[in-house]
Amino acid sequence: MKRFQTALIVSALGLLSVVLTGCDAALINPKGPIGLAERDLIYLSVGLMLIVVLPAMFMAVYFFLKYRETQGAEYEPSFTHSSKIEWVVWMVPVIIIVILATITWITTHRLDPYKPLEHENPPITIQVISLDWKWLFIYPEQGIASVSEMAFPINTPIAFKVTSDTVMNSFFIPRLGTQIYTMAGMQTQLHLIADKPGNYKGISSGYSGHGFSDMKFTAIATETPEDFQKWVQKVKASPNKLSSEADFNKLAKPSYGYPVTYYSSVKPNLFKETMDKYMAHDHHGAENESGTSHASEKGAAGHQKNSQADAMHHTGGH
Amino acid sequence: MHTDTHALDSQALDHETLEDVEHEHHHLTEMKVFGFWIYLMTDCVLFACLFATFAVLVPNTAGGPAGKGLFALDFVLTETFLLLFSSITYGFVILAMHKLKIKQVAFWLIVTALFGIGFVAMELWEFNHLIHQGYGPERSGFLSAFFGLVGTHGLHVSFGLVWIFVMLIHIAKTGLTETNQMRLMCLSLFWHFLDVVWICVFSVVYLFGAVI
Amino acid sequence: MLGKLSLEAIPHDPIVVVTLCVVGLVGFALVAWLTLTKKWGYLFTEWFTTVDHKKIGIMYIIMAFVMLFRGFSDAVLMRTQQFISSAGGESILNPHHYDQIFTAHGVIMIFFVAMPLIVGFMNIVTPLQIGARDVAFPFLNNLSFWLFISGVVLINLSLGLGEFAQCGWLCYTPLSELEYSPGVGVDYWIWSLQISGLGTLLSGVNFFTTIIKMRAPGMTLMKMPVFVWTVLCSNILILAAFPILTVSIALLTLDRYFGFHFFTNDMGGNMMMYVNLIWAWGHPEVYILVLPVFGIFSEVFATFSRKPIFGYTALVWATAVITFLSFVVWLHHFFTMGAGANVNAFFGITTMIISIPTGVKIFNWLFTMYKGKIVVNSMMLWSIGFILTFAIGGLTGVLMSVPAADFVIHGSVFLVAHFHNVIIGGVVFGCFAGITYWFPKSFGFTLNEKWGIRAFWCWLIGFIVAFAPLYVLGLMGMPRRISQNIDPEFHAGLSWAALGAAIIAVGVICQVIQFIVSIKEREQNRDLTGDPWHGRTLEWATSSPPPFYNFAKTPHATSHDAWWDMKMDGYQKKMPENLQPIHMPKNTYAGVIIGILATIFGFAAIWHITWLAIISLGGCFLAWILKSFDEDIDFYVQVDEIEAIERKHFEEVQEGLKAEGEEANYAH
Repeated sequence: MKRFQTALIVSALGLLSVVLTGCDAALINPKGPIGLAERDLIYLSVGLMLIVVLPAMFMAVYFFLKYRETQGAEYEPSFTHSSKIEWVVWMVPVIIIVILATITWITTHRLDPYKPLEHENPPITIQVISLDWKWLFIYPEQGIASVSEMAFPINTPIAFKVTSDTVMNSFFIPRLGTQIYTMAGMQTQLHLIADKPGNYKGISSGYSGHGFSDMKFTAIATETPEDFQKWVQKVKASPNKLSSEADFNKLAKPSYGYPVTYYSSVKPNLFKETMDKYMAHDHHGAENESGTSHASEKGAAGHQKNSQADAMHHTGGH
Repeated sequence: MHTDTHALDSQALDHETLEDVEHEHHHLTEMKVFGFWIYLMTDCVLFACLFATFAVLVPNTAGGPAGKGLFALDFVLTETFLLLFSSITYGFVILAMHKLKIKQVAFWLIVTALFGIGFVAMELWEFNHLIHQGYGPERSGFLSAFFGLVGTHGLHVSFGLVWIFVMLIHIAKTGLTETNQMRLMCLSLFWHFLDVVWICVFSVVYLFGAVI
Repeated sequence: MLGKLSLEAIPHDPIVVVTLCVVGLVGFALVAWLTLTKKWGYLFTEWFTTVDHKKIGIMYIIMAFVMLFRGFSDAVLMRTQQFISSAGGESILNPHHYDQIFTAHGVIMIFFVAMPLIVGFMNIVTPLQIGARDVAFPFLNNLSFWLFISGVVLINLSLGLGEFAQCGWLCYTPLSELEYSPGVGVDYWIWSLQISGLGTLLSGVNFFTTIIKMRAPGMTLMKMPVFVWTVLCSNILILAAFPILTVSIALLTLDRYFGFHFFTNDMGGNMMMYVNLIWAWGHPEVYILVLPVFGIFSEVFATFSRKPIFGYTALVWATAVITFLSFVVWLHHFFTMGAGANVNAFFGITTMIISIPTGVKIFNWLFTMYKGKIVVNSMMLWSIGFILTFAIGGLTGVLMSVPAADFVIHGSVFLVAHFHNVIIGGVVFGCFAGITYWFPKSFGFTLNEKWGIRAFWCWLIGFIVAFAPLYVLGLMGMPRRISQNIDPEFHAGLSWAALGAAIIAVGVICQVIQFIVSIKEREQNRDLTGDPWHGRTLEWATSSPPPFYNFAKTPHATSHDAWWDMKMDGYQKKMPENLQPIHMPKNTYAGVIIGILATIFGFAAIWHITWLAIISLGGCFLAWILKSFDEDIDFYVQVDEIEAIERKHFEEVQEGLKAEGEEANYAH
């Protein structure tokens, strides 16, 4: 028993010290409504599950201590079946899972990363390309680009169009919520919004090779649109240009921890061309910017992903 | 009374009377065929994955040729018939085996093998033809999937051929023993299974390919 | 002539060189010792060539421990590197090295530790519990083992020759394609998994057939012990899932070796198809590992609560439901790839449904203890520790099955904490309980309890200290697999995690001491009766260790607690009468030969030594064919030999019962 108590105390202390440092954890203290909704969802799900998990853990310790041989508690070896108990242990989890499944269905649709955000302010579009091992951000509306840093005003929906010029990565700004994979030849979409200004850490959270650890960027949420314009002007003042394929190829060469770089001009259609490089089909994607469609595959084969999932479903399920 | 129902010795099976020895051998044979059947089921999953892969990659021609016009249907139909006939002749192997007619077994095995060799040869010719046209597996995802699926089937048929020749040696050495009969039964399952898979290949890859 | 192989392939990194020297010295000492004591012949004739499922099982478990040592060293290195890097210190491991380590850690722990532990238990226990004398295909069983060893040899070769893969344990494409991983690392991954995976597939065929066809008379499906049920379901999963792994790896091989475009970025490859395929295998794999462990816990809870398992039928159905559902959840591994909300929600919900039968199992174990007479020992402690940690792991697992929650914790160390929670708390704790439980059955003496209990506490505390911080770090946004310039805000958590790893290391040392002490004191801890725990299932009906033919007379099963029933009915072990000769398979060296040839083939393929690859692969098939011409594969054990063995056991039982100083019929 004594050992058990020591164990509890040691682990509790350990946990506590870490929890204290984790109080301002990115996912616990998010800076945008998407992240906030996701945090609340985590709280709600955990709370629901604790209804079953806590009694189970309690029973494990209590039964174990109470029915020890040495305690001389009631011994009834024929107690091996009870419809009442079985009814309860099936039904309680079933009810909880039904509730959780309903929540899942609703939140999965509500927090679908492809769904544009409804907001009084018009959205800005940022195209994101993952390279070995850095992030390129293209602002098609402003005609500029930057590496390892991006900016946007708060209270403005951001529509990210995401692809990769290398292996798969995952584009993630923890303080704002939802991450999304970046895949060559495909476009994924992500809609985020910040409601507090600040410099937020951005990472790749999908391992992509040796330079992966340093594949970080800063996401600057500016307090006002004017501050954002100032940032745009700063970028436009840069002598660097990304106006030819050669410029891009130079940037795309593998490198570690690429410094923040601004490009005052960027080749039009660079994003689309990067995707088209990995074309799987003949059809030259007229439907590339297919809005809210979930077809992350380009062009006419937009439904490929779903049919692939279906095919897999059939092989796997039987 | 209780002791009688449960004691190890009173209820134990006395395996080793003469009848039981035979019974046990029969049981062993049945078990081996069952085990082989289970193995075939795993092979079935394997082909299912390859079919799924093919279905996913059909549109991914990467500027290369699609199925339409690429395959000569009459050629493939001949291949198909070779394999179908070989299944029938393998049926004759099993009939002869049950009658314990060793020479007939050998004869039909050889006929089956000849059909099988014909099939593999035609397939290799087709592959060679495609590669020479520049339509090898490295040309596109679609062609990769085509060569992957059809080639895996062809590889299976080739293993079946090796097995047929090994069986010829087996029955020449020891005759139609129970073990060899069991092996012929397993080979029969294998061969018919490949036939069924080929029907799917023919329908999915070639027929659909010609239509789409 | 030698393909890609050259002197360049030998690593120069000081850490690796030192490791190699140590491994080399230990290996040399072992070989020298075996040679000096002339043990090679004994090893070869009694162990390497054996077709006895019990010996094969023991060899699997020993190899699992050897590989556990390596996998754990990798873990310690990773913890150290992350600890140092987050403190701003100079890296001890560069990315090239660190990325190999986390890849190897995952691959080794799953394929070469957890799998052999599970397959080892299947081997040792299943035939005994169903009252069979062997498995359905004894030679295949031996071959499976050697194919597994072939994989082990290849993955360990990568340590000293060339490099290992640097793409995570599942080697996602396109990172694992030639364009992004031109080295031999991925090829080591490919061939060690392909060859050992083939062995697993053969084991699946073997054990499925064994359980379906070789049960003792009277043992209907619903009278099988729970462990046998879980092994059956696990093997169904092997049969359905491992071919998918075979295909995924084979297609990647075609891409890398022959320029195919299944999963490449360009030319019409589809990388996400690989991710789908590999997880269509990978998720069932989790249940392949955990189901038999559920079986072990079921045996332990029933035996040491002195009660039949609660709700047997529900437990069996729960197992069957999990088996089926495990095939319709794989997409939850990549909710963030941008599939639609409907697809994500579907897979999220199927995933959380699995928690229902799993939860039912936990309650069944709890109510097995309820109104029982619990014997407190290390096995029960492992089991309680399992329920506590597994409950947490299950909770975080269900949490991650909610897609919108997964959107923020996917790919983070939160995930790492979750799956270690279920794999260490579930599979590892279960295997340790199982080893203690069946050790006397395999070796004839019990393990030292004092050190066993110490090991348990170190493992449990170490586990909590190591992984609880990772949950917090995950919530702070720390991704998995980072190694350089780690954000200092993660340092506190990583320090605790490193401390936890150190505590676990103490636990491992306790286990080593436990084995040494137990072997030293084996005379005092002999299990003479063959039934040291007052067990319930048929493996306790025979001697410890059992004779190679398992049962002199095939037992008759009346329920899933067949041996307990017999004891309750007043049965006492006695000299069997009316003995008959027993038909048994002969040892064979074909498995060793094919295993060696497969290893050479794997090596040649990795280094692109074409001629050697062709010769060795041809050799494999030739050996297989030649084996089929071997007619001398079985023999009859004669009655006098059986009688001598049984008499010795009978005398031991008498002695044991006297020593225990208790009634022979303890059940009454």
